[in-house]
Amino acid sequence: MRKTSSLLQLENASVSRRQFVQGIAMGGVVAGLSLRSSQLFANPSDQPAVATLRGNQFDLSIDQQRVNFTGATRFATTVNGSLPAPILRWREGEEVTLRVTNHLDVPSSIHWHGIILPTAMDGVPGISFAGIAPGETFTYRFRVQQSGTYWYHSHSGFQEQTGLYGAIVIDPKDKEPSHYDRDYVVQLSDWSDEDPDDVYAKLKKLSHYYNFNERTASDLWQEIQSKGVVQTWQSRQMWNQMRMSDSDISDVTGYTYTFLMNGQTPADGWVGLFRKGERVRLRFINSAAMTFFDVRIPGLKMTVIASDGQDVEPVSVDEFRIGVAETFDVIVEPNDDSAYTLFAQAIDRSGYALGTLTPDATVRAEIPALDPVPVLGHGNMGMDISSMAGMDHGAMGHGAMDHASMEHGAMEMGVMPGMDHSKISAPSGMQTQGMSMDGMNRPGMSMTEMDMTSMSNASPTTASSPALIRPVQHAPTEYGPHVDMRADNPSYRLDDPGVGLRNNGRRVLTYADLMNRYPILDTREPSREIELHLTGNMSRYMWSMNGVKFADAEPLQLKYGERVRITLVNDTMMNHPMHLHGMWSDLETGDLSRLPRKHTVVVQPGARISYQVTADARGDWAYHCHLIYHMLGMFRQVTVS
Amino acid sequence: MMKIKITLITTTLIVPSLIPGWVLASGEDDPLLYKVIVDQLEYRDTDGPNPMVWNIDGWLGKDLNKLWIKTEGERINGITEELEVQALYSRAIAPFWDLQAGWRHENLPKPDRDWAVVGVKGLAPYLFEVDAALFVGESGRSAARLEAEYEIMLTQRWVLSPEIELNLLGKSDPERGVGSGLTDIEVGLRLRYEIRREFAPYIGINWSKLTSDTADLARAEGEKTEAGQFVVGVRAWF
Repeated sequence: MRKTSSLLQLENASVSRRQFVQGIAMGGVVAGLSLRSSQLFANPSDQPAVATLRGNQFDLSIDQQRVNFTGATRFATTVNGSLPAPILRWREGEEVTLRVTNHLDVPSSIHWHGIILPTAMDGVPGISFAGIAPGETFTYRFRVQQSGTYWYHSHSGFQEQTGLYGAIVIDPKDKEPSHYDRDYVVQLSDWSDEDPDDVYAKLKKLSHYYNFNERTASDLWQEIQSKGVVQTWQSRQMWNQMRMSDSDISDVTGYTYTFLMNGQTPADGWVGLFRKGERVRLRFINSAAMTFFDVRIPGLKMTVIASDGQDVEPVSVDEFRIGVAETFDVIVEPNDDSAYTLFAQAIDRSGYALGTLTPDATVRAEIPALDPVPVLGHGNMGMDISSMAGMDHGAMGHGAMDHASMEHGAMEMGVMPGMDHSKISAPSGMQTQGMSMDGMNRPGMSMTEMDMTSMSNASPTTASSPALIRPVQHAPTEYGPHVDMRADNPSYRLDDPGVGLRNNGRRVLTYADLMNRYPILDTREPSREIELHLTGNMSRYMWSMNGVKFADAEPLQLKYGERVRITLVNDTMMNHPMHLHGMWSDLETGDLSRLPRKHTVVVQPGARISYQVTADARGDWAYHCHLIYHMLGMFRQVTVS
Repeated sequence: MMKIKITLITTTLIVPSLIPGWVLASGEDDPLLYKVIVDQLEYRDTDGPNPMVWNIDGWLGKDLNKLWIKTEGERINGITEELEVQALYSRAIAPFWDLQAGWRHENLPKPDRDWAVVGVKGLAPYLFEVDAALFVGESGRSAARLEAEYEIMLTQRWVLSPEIELNLLGKSDPERGVGSGLTDIEVGLRLRYEIRREFAPYIGINWSKLTSDTADLARAEGEKTEAGQFVVGVRAWF
């Protein structure tokens, strides 16, 4: 990376703010130097297409490559000269061989994200192998045991931030469960002209460096005018006492990022063609280093058919939030000859990635305005102002849950097998179905400590909410200068679409909507529960789990063959996308026989979430937050033996 | 003592220039970093010659442990009239607080004075930046200083920042013209524009007043005990 840092200073072109946000037209790998410059205009829309490599033998070359997304030339880390890296198309059941040659002058690696494989093939330096030294070739070989949409990226330094990521599409051995006529990868990412080491250093020196949505005096004045001094004081009191910002949504923002869709800047916009009446499958992959995106296609409903590569019961939505490293496959059916905008706005509304689905490459659709900048609130955090009195400074008291809003919803989803939002209004007697004792006896999500007698007479919507509050304990290691808050009443918020998406008038996907399309194979009850807390100090920019950073942590031990429940408690104000390598995370969204399988699970601020894991892969695995500037500390080795 | 001083100044000046090459090893969650903070570098508009005043700090270290250097001084007509340097070991003791201990040298005006320092620096509830320190010197001397600053974001780039500094002295030091008790109060209000986060020119007003015994000593010398000035300067860090 040090080499990169010097090279990143290649040109000191001055770049306007607008160029940062929009990027420049025809931005990307600099033509003439590109290995794929000959194919630059192969795409009907006259744009460089990302190459697709098929088969079971692949030669991948990691290089430095000149790119220009903002008007300034920088060096990116690329595979076969391409950013994003080529799409790899595999077939389930085949053995693939990937010879990866590192032409950088620093070590590199490729991790196959979400792929079930032997640990030695997982590509995490220091855990699964030694990494790929400069000039060396490492041969990955493994049998493909799954199908769907995945991706691959460097697991060395900050190379992923500088471009080393690509899509993996695996065709199923058997027939696809969903019919579609066209198939596009839509890979989202965030590009910065800055050296990632500098970004990290800046965050350590001034954690809100990139936040230009801070609350100002005029916001305060407006709030006082609309709510009065007392109410305003009360609503600000907690943030002021906590010394935190309610506008702290993203650590790194559009101030430095240009958001890309399939490597295209918003000024270019990726283009996908369709013919009227076709069913188009869009494979959304969030390969950003730090950015969550809220994705919608105004005018089109999206039917979500897969999450993290795994088929789910189809659910029709207007919008979904995609956490870093997650994937969602959707099907859209444009029934006319108009163009549609693929609009992926950053969670903090500091910019967007953009594409167009169009029957005619020259026709574009209107670009919607960015939504208002979201602000974290007490309710958003599952807090109740009245309980803030007992809060200690430096710590954070999440008060009682806000019963009126989301908690009932979360609970309904928790206890109702097979329910999905689209059926919620159907008079199908869901209460009685959902309340079957069988489902409740299982240690499902929020029901763990529920009083069964009181529940059996109560409908889910009227059940006493305190039963949902499971006392939380914080490890002694969570106390100290390295941890700035602890959630005292973290709640399950599966049906909470998240900050900035609540009550926006659109049907937004939530985790509560996700149900495995097939019955899960391992139906054993977990033999034990491992509770891990996601911790940090925002202003010192330190991240950890249970208050212990990776460098100081012992590996997490799993017994081969055991089924465990992992419960994550988010003691911070950020969303953390937690990625367990090598094994599926069966997310507890409702029906315990249909838990959706995920590789990356977003834990919302101040929330709790549980998933079940079958430790069926021996060896050492990485387990971490996928935000690149968090993962150095918020990381564990998992050892299955 | 002189030798230590030279070493420290050398360290302050030379270390940062050496750092970029080796500080940022990738994959290191807690890299060794440095920050130079030009908190104030300003001209003050007075009736007489306009002094240039600075308040420049820096640190070198990791997340929880740092070496801090704090300097402040005043130059008039190209001659440094006031200069003090602190070298402190800083350790994080709470999420928003660092305990800082070390040595303070008041070089100018003469005669110079040395002090042992212990203090806390951090962010108080309601987002007040606070630096409070106790000083213990030779011959039974003691002193205390409290600095507090608040930032009001007028917009994302215009920041209004009131601040206050109080100095206390345990026993009079007539050689340096300061008496026991509260020696002086300084209140400032600065409006800066952050062209970048790292660079913000500002204008402001600064009002300072000598108090109690110190004021008496100044009056006896025929000096003013109170001054209000317009200031123009730059705030920067890297």
